[in-house]
Amino acid sequence: MLSRSSQKTAQTLLRGARPASRCIAGPSMATRSMATVNHDIFKPTKFGGKYTVTLIPGDGIGAEVSESVKQIFKADNVPIEWEQVNVTGVETGNKHSEELFREAIASLKRNKLGLKGILHTPIERSGHQSFNVALRQELDIYASIVLIKNIPGYETRHKDIDLCIIRENTEGEYSGLEHQSVDGVVESLKIITRAKSERIAKFAFAFALANNRKKVTCIHKANIMKLADGLFRNTCKKVSEDYPTVEYNDMIVDNASMQCVSRPQQFDVMVMPNLYGGILSNIGAGLVGGPGIVPGCNMGRNVAVFEPGCRHVGLDIKGKDQANPSALILSAAMLLRHLGLDDHANRISQSVYRVIEEGTRTRDMGGNSTTQEFTRSILNAMEKA
Amino acid sequence: MLAGRSFAAPARQCLRRANAPSRWTPALVQSRGYAAEVAKFKGQKGNDGKYTVTLIEGDGIGPEIAQSVKDIYSAANVPIKWEPVDVTPRLKDGKTVIPDEAIESVTRNLVALKGPLATPVGKGHVSLNLTLRRTFNLFANVRPCRSIVGYKTPYDDVDTVLIRENTEGEYSGIEHVVVDGVVQSIKLITREASERVLRYAFQHARDIGRKKVRAVHKATIMKMSDGLFLSTARDVARDFPDIEFDAELLDNTCLKMVTDPLPYNDKVLVMPNLYGDILSDMCAGLIGGLGLTPSGNIGDECSIFEAVHGSAPDIQGKQLANPTALLLSSMMMLRHMGLGDHANNIEQAIFKTIAEGKTITGDLGGKAKTYEYADAVIKALK
Repeated sequence: MLSRSSQKTAQTLLRGARPASRCIAGPSMATRSMATVNHDIFKPTKFGGKYTVTLIPGDGIGAEVSESVKQIFKADNVPIEWEQVNVTGVETGNKHSEELFREAIASLKRNKLGLKGILHTPIERSGHQSFNVALRQELDIYASIVLIKNIPGYETRHKDIDLCIIRENTEGEYSGLEHQSVDGVVESLKIITRAKSERIAKFAFAFALANNRKKVTCIHKANIMKLADGLFRNTCKKVSEDYPTVEYNDMIVDNASMQCVSRPQQFDVMVMPNLYGGILSNIGAGLVGGPGIVPGCNMGRNVAVFEPGCRHVGLDIKGKDQANPSALILSAAMLLRHLGLDDHANRISQSVYRVIEEGTRTRDMGGNSTTQEFTRSILNAMEKA
Repeated sequence: MLAGRSFAAPARQCLRRANAPSRWTPALVQSRGYAAEVAKFKGQKGNDGKYTVTLIEGDGIGPEIAQSVKDIYSAANVPIKWEPVDVTPRLKDGKTVIPDEAIESVTRNLVALKGPLATPVGKGHVSLNLTLRRTFNLFANVRPCRSIVGYKTPYDDVDTVLIRENTEGEYSGIEHVVVDGVVQSIKLITREASERVLRYAFQHARDIGRKKVRAVHKATIMKMSDGLFLSTARDVARDFPDIEFDAELLDNTCLKMVTDPLPYNDKVLVMPNLYGDILSDMCAGLIGGLGLTPSGNIGDECSIFEAVHGSAPDIQGKQLANPTALLLSSMMMLRHMGLGDHANNIEQAIFKTIAEGKTITGDLGGKAKTYEYADAVIKALK
């Protein structure tokens, strides 16, 4: 089941990254370490026996699916108090959107934990920059984890997929640095730094160790972007030397996409710069059944934000009671494990899998249950558990 | 960041947009010269009634699979004369370059068929493919992927056509180290190159009888660069009222194609360089890998059609190689040259041979030698 250890993200994983097991290799490693290490582990505080968690429902289907999570958490008496901030990326003519965004950042900084739907980003140049990206950069939640695994009972074209995409979240192609040199000529900067490459690589290996995974594959395009992706690849390679028990290889991104759709079983943990992560997490989601069932989270040193792994807003089915809340529920279960509330997490995630296996499915999975019916089935399954 | 949300002069943009009528001025179009048709084949038949085509056999299995193509072409009476050239890089003024004869040949014939080239791994060596692309300004890479009956993959009835901008974007090659440990890599998008590839995409859609063109982009994040590509696409689309145009976010394209590629069977996809590179190989994965996918590189003057798979030195000379990718690439070439009838004939013979499954090569699960497969194709010709 998906509930196995690979979802035990943050704490377990960081615990596994024992600095002692790491020899200091080379001057670049010794100089710094932006990578999160053991003593960096943050622990949110409990007040009155409850944790406070920021909830950002997001746009599109966000309101509906976060309602499901709230119902489920309430029914299971999860000791969590929501602090909801209704940020929106949809242009409403409302001047407060940026204030709300600030509020969300402040809330996340305070609570250190968040559950988040996806915020809409307009394509128009006059529109605001992606709040999703801004939030990740502002909070420096640098590692995105996306878990791609077949759900038992839900047949797709590919079987036995169990891979994990670790994506650098704060630089690369999403730097937001663009300019127009002359009319009709635009330059967009992709930034790759050794420090950030190193910390994401360390994160990936630590994750692999902590979750008993065997192999880390670095995805890049260093044959073309020799300097930028070359730096990323070399850094990953160097970090891999500190983890001799984890197998390491690298693959060019176009080949990786081809392998993903033909033989995805070969992959275990994959680590990559920002844009490739977006591409591969979507390909991966397509392999196992769509964005409705793929959970994910974004980890930083101080804050962790859990959000559906393959970030789709779902504006088209907003308010139609069709959305599949599984991705957000499973992301929320990851959040519970992060807090060490494994009992709640297991009960909730296993109920989701049981419901799907028994055939109650939303439209994206070929069923005809509404979001509410699907949620009710989960609640029923939890009572039996 | 939010603070940086002021984009380069939005005000100026607005003004400019207000001034100019919804499109660029006609003068500009004329000066650019894409008014008529992009990359039309201008070759002429020789005195013997045949077109001359430059043949770059390539390395490894290249000569074997090229031989199959030659055999099948002569059996099918295709009015083509091959002009084999060697493109092994030579040292000239301290730089490795393609021999002048090869360049002259392609420049003269305007069309070439190319087998796999082994790019030597080494420092500072520019790949030959890249050199050819730059020398002949091959701005569009056309990558059709069609499921082949007789070769089962998890996906059936795939029939995608993808066109990739081939000269700029993320592969501009402009990179530098700002300080140690910090690298900037520049993605370059220009209206001129975007317009050229977009026009070709619309034209190609017409040529192959598809009614829809879809631009794939990531303009939510790269608002200016992909935004420019997208706005250029919208402008070009107005010149093709018979073709339906829409745009899709890269993430959605990846997701939907992997989930179910069939809705893409009536569309031509067009996109900037990197996305095209990744997605075209992904599409190849849907139908079973690069061994079955053709590719064409289209330039203003010259065009080069090629097999995109590797040179497989391990099976070189053993007659085990599958020539299908090179054959299908040459079908694209024939259609580009206006020899569609010959292409149809050979193509049906290829598909028939593979579907029968009796004389297929090892990579498809058969036992036939390269030449036996070619013979079977020849027998299946009409």
